[in-house]
This record gives sequence, C-alpha cells and structure tokens, in this order.
Amino acid sequence: MISLEGIHKHYTSDSRRLHVLKGVNLSIDDGEMVSIMGSSGSGKSTLLNILGLLDTYDQGAYQLGDTAISAGLSEVKAAQLRNRFIGFVFQSFNLLPFKSALENVALPLYYQKIGRKARNYRAEKLLDLVGLGERTKNMPNELSGGQKQRVAIARALITDPRMVLADEPTGALDSATTDDVMAVFKEVHRTGKTIVIVTHEHDIAEQTERLILLKDGQVER
Amino acid sequence: MSLDALQEVWFTLNQNRLRTFLTAFGVFWGIFMLVLLLGVGQGLKNGIEQSFSSDVRTSMWISSNKTSLPYRGLPQGRHIKLQESDVDFLKNQFTEINIIAAEEPLGSNFRADIYITYGQQSGSFSVLGAGANYFKIKKNQNYHYGRRLNDFDEADARKVVVVGTKVAERLFGNEYNPIGHQIAINGVSVKIVGVFYDSGWEGRMSERIYMPLAAFQKTFGKGQNIGSIAVVPHNGVDNIALSERILGMLKERHKISPQDNTALRLFDLAKETEEINNTFAGIGLFLWFVGLGTLMAGIVGISNIMIISVKERTREIGIRKALGARPRQIIYTILSESLLVTLIAGYVGLVLSVGLLGLYNWMTNEIGLELPYFSHPEVDIHIAIVALLVLVCVGAVAGLVPSWQAARISPIEAMREEA
Ligand SMILES: Nc1ncnc2c1ncn2[C@@H]1O[C@H](COP(=O)(O)OP(=O)(O)O)[C@@H](O)[C@H]1O
Ligand SMILES: [Mg+2]
Repeated sequence: MISLEGIHKHYTSDSRRLHVLKGVNLSIDDGEMVSIMGSSGSGKSTLLNILGLLDTYDQGAYQLGDTAISAGLSEVKAAQLRNRFIGFVFQSFNLLPFKSALENVALPLYYQKIGRKARNYRAEKLLDLVGLGERTKNMPNELSGGQKQRVAIARALITDPRMVLADEPTGALDSATTDDVMAVFKEVHRTGKTIVIVTHEHDIAEQTERLILLKDGQVER
Repeated sequence: MSLDALQEVWFTLNQNRLRTFLTAFGVFWGIFMLVLLLGVGQGLKNGIEQSFSSDVRTSMWISSNKTSLPYRGLPQGRHIKLQESDVDFLKNQFTEINIIAAEEPLGSNFRADIYITYGQQSGSFSVLGAGANYFKIKKNQNYHYGRRLNDFDEADARKVVVVGTKVAERLFGNEYNPIGHQIAINGVSVKIVGVFYDSGWEGRMSERIYMPLAAFQKTFGKGQNIGSIAVVPHNGVDNIALSERILGMLKERHKISPQDNTALRLFDLAKETEEINNTFAGIGLFLWFVGLGTLMAGIVGISNIMIISVKERTREIGIRKALGARPRQIIYTILSESLLVTLIAGYVGLVLSVGLLGLYNWMTNEIGLELPYFSHPEVDIHIAIVALLVLVCVGAVAGLVPSWQAARISPIEAMREEA
C-alpha cells in the first residue's frame, strides 16, 4: 500500500513562491490501477514525481509499502528505491536515442549490476510482452510513437517494480496507438502491478479502476 | 573497471562518433605535433653536432699568413712560415698544453693540381702531412677499414696513407676494402692503411688524404715549414687566455708586431661550437614553445568539448538517473569515457609521430635521403608520455566538473532539457 498524508510542495521561481500541493491525502492499494486528472498546472506531474521519488516534498508523510519516505530523502537512497520499486513512463518517451529498443529496455538492470546476457534475455521477453518482439534491434528513431511508448513501458517493467507511474503516456499519441498502449497497461495490471496514470483524457481515466481528481492543490475525490 | 562497464562506455562512444572524434582528435593532434616538433628539434641538434669535424672540441688551430705591419725594420707583407720547431718550442713553454701537432698541406691548399690515381681511376683530393700526435686531435674520426697513422709510421717515415671515405669511393667504388693497395699521389706511390669518415664540413673532411709528416716532407721535398699547428689544452684551461699567450710567443719568435692581427690566424673550435650551439638552443626553445602551444590548444579544445558534450547530455543523464543511476555512477561513466578516448587517441598520436620520425630515420639509412643540418630526429619518450598524461588528466578534469554538476541536478530538471 502507498499512502500520502498532508503532502505540501512549494516551488520558488523568480523569488515567487508557488504553493502547488496544499495537503494532499491519498492512498493506493497494491495492484490497483488508478488515474489522476486535473487541469493543466494543477500539480499532477508534481504529485507523480513525489510518488516516484524523482522529487521531494516539503511537508507531510509518505509511506511506500514498508518504507517511510522522509522529506529529506538522500539522492543515493532515492536512486536505489526508484531502481528497485518504481517504473516510469513519460509523455515524451525519454528513450536514449543512441541505444536500440533492446538496450533501452535493458538499461535499468545495468544499474542493478546484472550481467549483459541476463539483461538482454529479460529485455527480449518484455519486448515480446508489449508486442515488439520483432523490433528489438531498432533504434528509437526507427519506431513510431506508439512503439516507442511500448518500449518505454517494457523498460519500466524490467526491474519488476512494485508500481508503474505514467505521466500522460498517451499525450503524444493518436487514438489508435493510444488504445494499443492502454491495452498494454491493462495487460500489465493483470499481472498484479500497481499502476498510476496521469492524464487529461476522460477516455483513459474511464479505463482505470479509480479516478483521483486534483484541484486547488488537494485531492477532491 | 568491469568488462560490462567498459562495453557500456565503448558503446556510448561508438554511438556518438562525432563527439568522440572531436575529443580524440584534439588529444591526438596535441601529442602528434608536440612529439614531431621535439623530434625535429632533436634532429636539428643532431645534424649540427654531426657537421662538427671530428676534431677534439677544445682544439685551437693556428696558421700563418702575410704580415700587415712593418716591425723592427722588417717590411709589411712578409710571408710568415710556421716551423716544425715551433711545435716543440710551444710544447716546452706551456704546461697547459695537452696535445700539440703539426699539419702541412701539399700544394698551396688548392687541390686542383694534385692527382691521385689508382689504375684507371683518378681524382683530386687534399693531401696533408700529419705530424706526431695529430690523430689524437682527430679523435672522432670513424675508421671503416684499417687503422690510424701511428708513431711508428712517423718515426720510420713510412710511405703509408689514410684516406677519407670519399677518396676510397672515387678510386675503389663503394663497399670495397682498399687496405694494402698502392695509390699514386702526383706519381708517388703510397700504401693505404686506413679509411676514415670525418663529419667535418658536412663530410667534406672525408675528401682528404693524410700521410706521416716525416715521409710527406721527404717524398714531396718539403722543408721544416708547416701549415698549421693544432693545440688541445688540458681540461679546465681557459682557451682564450692560453691562445693569446701562445700567439704572443709566436709573434716574438717570428718577429711579428704585437699589434699585427693578420700574420697569425687562430681558429678556436670551442668558441665556434658554442656560437652554433647557442643558435640552435634558440631554435630548440622555439620548437618547445610551439609544441607547448599546440598542447595548450589541445587542452583548451578537450576542455571545451567535454563541457559541451556533458551539457548536451543533460537529458541523457536525467533519464539514466530516473532509471536508478546514482550520481557517482554518472560521473564514473563520463569520466571513463573521456579517459578511454584521451588515452587511446593520445597513444595513437604518440605511436604515429614516433613512427613518422622512425620512418624518416629508416629512409635515411635505406634510401640515403638526407637533409642538411638535420639528422636522426628522435624524441625523449619520457617527455612524450608526460605530455600524454597531462592531456589525459586535463581531459578527465575537464569532464569531471561538468559531469559532477550534471549528476547533481534533479532528474526532472534534466529531462526537461531539449535533447
Ligand atoms: N521546477 C519548477 N519550478 C517552478 N515551478 C514549477 C516547477 N515545476 C512545476 N512548476 C509549477 O508548478 C505548477 C504545477 O506543475 P505540474 O505539476 O507540472 O502541473 P501539471 O502536470 O498538472 O500540468 C505549475 O504552475 C508549474 O508551472
Ligand atoms: Mg504535467
């Protein structure tokens, strides 16, 4: 189980203090598939980044399974926890352009010091799972947007994380490929993983088990 | 470094070829040029050293000419002739003298009227009578065949000669050992006992023939006159002070005005050597200067490329961090990349430049290619390696600072950068 209690987050830019999250309370069960919606600039990405340990919060409490995540979590610790427990999918894919699909998928395991052979073996299996078993050697620029995002999902899954966090994963895709990608997410969900998808499309949100609405820096529903 | 990490580094370098190439080229060029310039400098130095004659470097040569001032009732324009007795006199007068020897040329130093023949072959070469101890001064002559003239040759007035390599080549052709053969000097038959090479005057001193002075005088009807006297002082003796005292003494013996500067001529090898050495020390310094400039340019270039490339990679670094790379791993990766590139490029630069110098030396030996005042360019490998290490360290440090910064910015921030 994941729980956030009274999470606050400020940004300071150009000497202006922006209060983005104003006491977010939230809990997500293991194996749940939820979506987060909210208007642009409402703090969806900020929330997701805090959940994913890419960013720290200013105030409140965050419990990730058995681990209490303190506000001042060290970078090294965060990197370790990310690598072990969390998989990311971004709107802009964030694949390394000079690595093939297979190598992109295998990369997180490199930071777990798992050997190349084992890495590539697992990466191949995951590319199979997302329907790209034939494109392992392709470079990112040889893949369509939907294919890139499926590679990114395979990469998010390779460390067998507790949860997958996706920030507008279909934001850059057309409706046909959006369906492909959502199908993959649902497939992954069926294997028991927790999935959190930030989106602004109701179609997407409706395909999840629960909708979390962010408004005025708080969870409205 | 594990094989896997090395593969990862190699992979990144290979996939980002332009960046890799630019870094590599900076290092390569810096090392390549530095080694080449230092090699050329050494080649010039060697070339100059080779063009010095084989005479002992501290030797002074005294010869005579016409007087330019009247003295004690004697007119000016009088021909002064040094005598064999001057040699013994000076030897007794000056304990500072280590070696002293006489030399007398055949003819009036023009060799056009001297005919050297062997069978059908003939040529014109200088012929010199060489007094006792003469070859102690021609210490650095290189004997290809046979031996030097010695005291017995002189004592017995043997009709033997040593000839320079150019003489032997003309009369006997290349690679032929002429020892024991008789040649004729203006019709007088003499036997060859040695063939020498003398680098003096850029090898033209190898166009000479030497004969024991006693036999020379008898054979060619010479009296006690000699052309020049060579003096080598003991170690630590001031050449200039000694030469002034010797000249003073000789002027007195030959009734020359103390103010007459033309009747006796002095050639001080030590002084000449020093002047030439100074000139080439200047050139050497200049080459160092240019070489270090190249190295500095390389250093600046590498630093820039490292800084730019790390900036370029901010997004990549952000992605890697999001996927679980720790800051230390990021720095380690970038550092390994720059070290690998600079080391390999520097090594290639080192090998190619040293190879090029080697090729020149090989061509000199095999094909006989020769440049004037340039010989056997080589480089102190220690200097080259130090230069390489400097470049590698600079590359590493230049990469370290920006990669350290990049590793510290948050992954979200970094991923926001345009790729
Ligand atoms: N690093 C940052 N520095 C300053 N302001 C930021 C930063 N990141 C986000 N913000 C601001 O915080 C607010 C919420 O941003 P974000 O979480 O990205 O919104 P959403 O993803 O819901 O569109 C926005 O007003 C945005 O401008
Ligand atoms: Mg957002």
